[in-house]
Amino acid sequence: MITETAPPEVRTDRRRRKLDEGVLRNLGLVGVLIILVIVGIVTKPDLYSDPTWVRNNFLTILQQASAIGVVTVGMTFVIIGGGIDLSVGAIIALAGVWCTTLATQGYGTGGMIFTALAVGIAVGLINGLLISYGKLVPFIATLAMLVAARGLAAQISGKQTQVSANTTINDIASTKLLGIPLLVWILGLVVVAGWVLLNRTTFGRRTVAVGGNPEAARLAGINVKRHTVLLYALSGLCCGIGAIMLTSQATSAQAAMANLYELDAIAAAIIGGTLLSGGRGTIVGALFGVLVFSTITNLFAINNLSTEVQNMVKGAIIVAAVLVQEFRFRSLTQLLKR
Amino acid sequence: MSALSRRRILFGGAAVGAGALLTACTSNTPENNAQVNTNTGGDANPNAAPGQKVIIGFSAPAADHGWIAAITNNAKAQAAAYSDVELRSVEAGADAAAQRAAIATLISQKPTVIVMLPHDGKELNAVGIEAMRAGIPVINLDRAFPSQNAYRLQIKGDNYGMGIAAGTYIGEQLKAKNVSNPIIGEIPGIDSLELTQERTQGFNTALQTFGFKVANRRPAEFTADSGQAAATALLQALPKMDALWNHDDDQGIGVLAAIKQANRSEFFMVGGAGSKAAIDAISAGNTVLKATVTYSPSMASSAISLARLIGQGKGMSDLVELQVPKEITLASETITKENAAKYAKLGF
Repeated sequence: MITETAPPEVRTDRRRRKLDEGVLRNLGLVGVLIILVIVGIVTKPDLYSDPTWVRNNFLTILQQASAIGVVTVGMTFVIIGGGIDLSVGAIIALAGVWCTTLATQGYGTGGMIFTALAVGIAVGLINGLLISYGKLVPFIATLAMLVAARGLAAQISGKQTQVSANTTINDIASTKLLGIPLLVWILGLVVVAGWVLLNRTTFGRRTVAVGGNPEAARLAGINVKRHTVLLYALSGLCCGIGAIMLTSQATSAQAAMANLYELDAIAAAIIGGTLLSGGRGTIVGALFGVLVFSTITNLFAINNLSTEVQNMVKGAIIVAAVLVQEFRFRSLTQLLKR
Repeated sequence: MSALSRRRILFGGAAVGAGALLTACTSNTPENNAQVNTNTGGDANPNAAPGQKVIIGFSAPAADHGWIAAITNNAKAQAAAYSDVELRSVEAGADAAAQRAAIATLISQKPTVIVMLPHDGKELNAVGIEAMRAGIPVINLDRAFPSQNAYRLQIKGDNYGMGIAAGTYIGEQLKAKNVSNPIIGEIPGIDSLELTQERTQGFNTALQTFGFKVANRRPAEFTADSGQAAATALLQALPKMDALWNHDDDQGIGVLAAIKQANRSEFFMVGGAGSKAAIDAISAGNTVLKATVTYSPSMASSAISLARLIGQGKGMSDLVELQVPKEITLASETITKENAAKYAKLGF
């Protein structure tokens, strides 16, 4: 918000600094990715000496990051807008289960996709309405939704794993366009759309304004309540897309699917430089955050290391990323003050 | 203003329409394949002749997994097959504490017998003792109580035996194919569970007798999507593989999807539990899934039959003893293409 109220000459200066910060932060994550790949090459030279495997591995990492990546884009918007959405995993489960019931499958591919997206948006809208008009704290509202949506999903599915008999949906996960998996294209499209929406539209600017200082945003004439509703609906939409992607990958859906996706999405957004208190964040950074986690999973798998150690390393990386950012941010401001 | 209200009507109408369409989409009646002992006619089996009325209190976790769902369905279906059995089912809730409360209510209703699948045997041990003290025999399904006086009968599957069965099948197949130094993958379920560790121990023990070992092990979480993720990682780590054991057929749906997505077929796979989908796939023989080792939820049906006998003070007619034994462990069987037809009715 400061950038928009400050005099023009300061504004350009600050904008440049802000840009540098963002680029630096993303470069840091690229550095982490490169280190992870180097560790992979050193520990498994036999695998990395095969170019076909390396290409295949790269695409696999991207593909395994695709569903959670789409969810993270929605989450990034919500967090920048000053909220949090703990219900994303539950929304995926509900949308996935709802779109794979026998009745929905009877409507064909279009019916399944429509159902997943509609359920995602509807649950997101309920979240948004509870938060902005019901005045619930986002943490509580979406926590309640987490429990309720998984409960409804278990109710609808009768606690069974629902297999998708729709070959078009199932083939989404195995289809490749120009040698790149369709799931990765979907992730790419969502990331580009998210970037444009955040950086090149009034909706995006309003999101930053609402998250930075809701009172100032309201005084500036932004309908903060309606905007908040839209942000959660957007997150719900991303979950709907993610539900289709995940259902396609697993060729089935169940109430326990997408377990703990909310934590992965929040963590990816945070290490990508999104401020948990809102008002700042980047889509590209969030994407790198997702890729770092996906690459760690891959690195631990090819080395046959236990998932317990993997989780510890993930935790350490989250802390390290935030510490490094804070440190750099502070030292940068001190440098400029001098 | 009028344009705005028209737009509102349009959107409102669309929303209501979408909502109506969506609610229509929740109807879901999958085929019922409960495993019931149909040998309940009085002529063939004197034990099955209607006797004294037995009220069975039943409690199993409300988990969202196919196996647990089959446990509850089987118990209900088997109870319905007897005219002298009334089943009082209580939801066990989300955790051990909720189940303790549910069973306390059950005890106060004084059923003849209680059949329960505890969230955790250790945590529900005290409740078992309490019910036994109140004079209600307790039948423990699958998750053992540490105290001997907490149950009248314990009927469970054999996790260690499951690992042995899977390891033996894989070992024999690879020996028959003369594969030296085979590359074997393993996809267990939730790794922190005791049952997963027992399965893995059995698997490793069996493989050792052939001089084989597991090359890579990626745990999933008993769900299809986690199975897909674990299998994708495993396939990426092992560009060439000879055999794979996946502990659970439910997560196996995702494992098979991942194998298809990665376009791999150079190995064979063994499943676990014995779901209907897995048995069908083994019969069809058109996937890498060649066998599955059972851990059958049919134990719930048997538990209800035995609870009835205990309630009526009868023994098992083929045994000499006048009472039902105290512990029964089901054998883990290996289902292959050859015997799949026989096991088809036991798939859940």
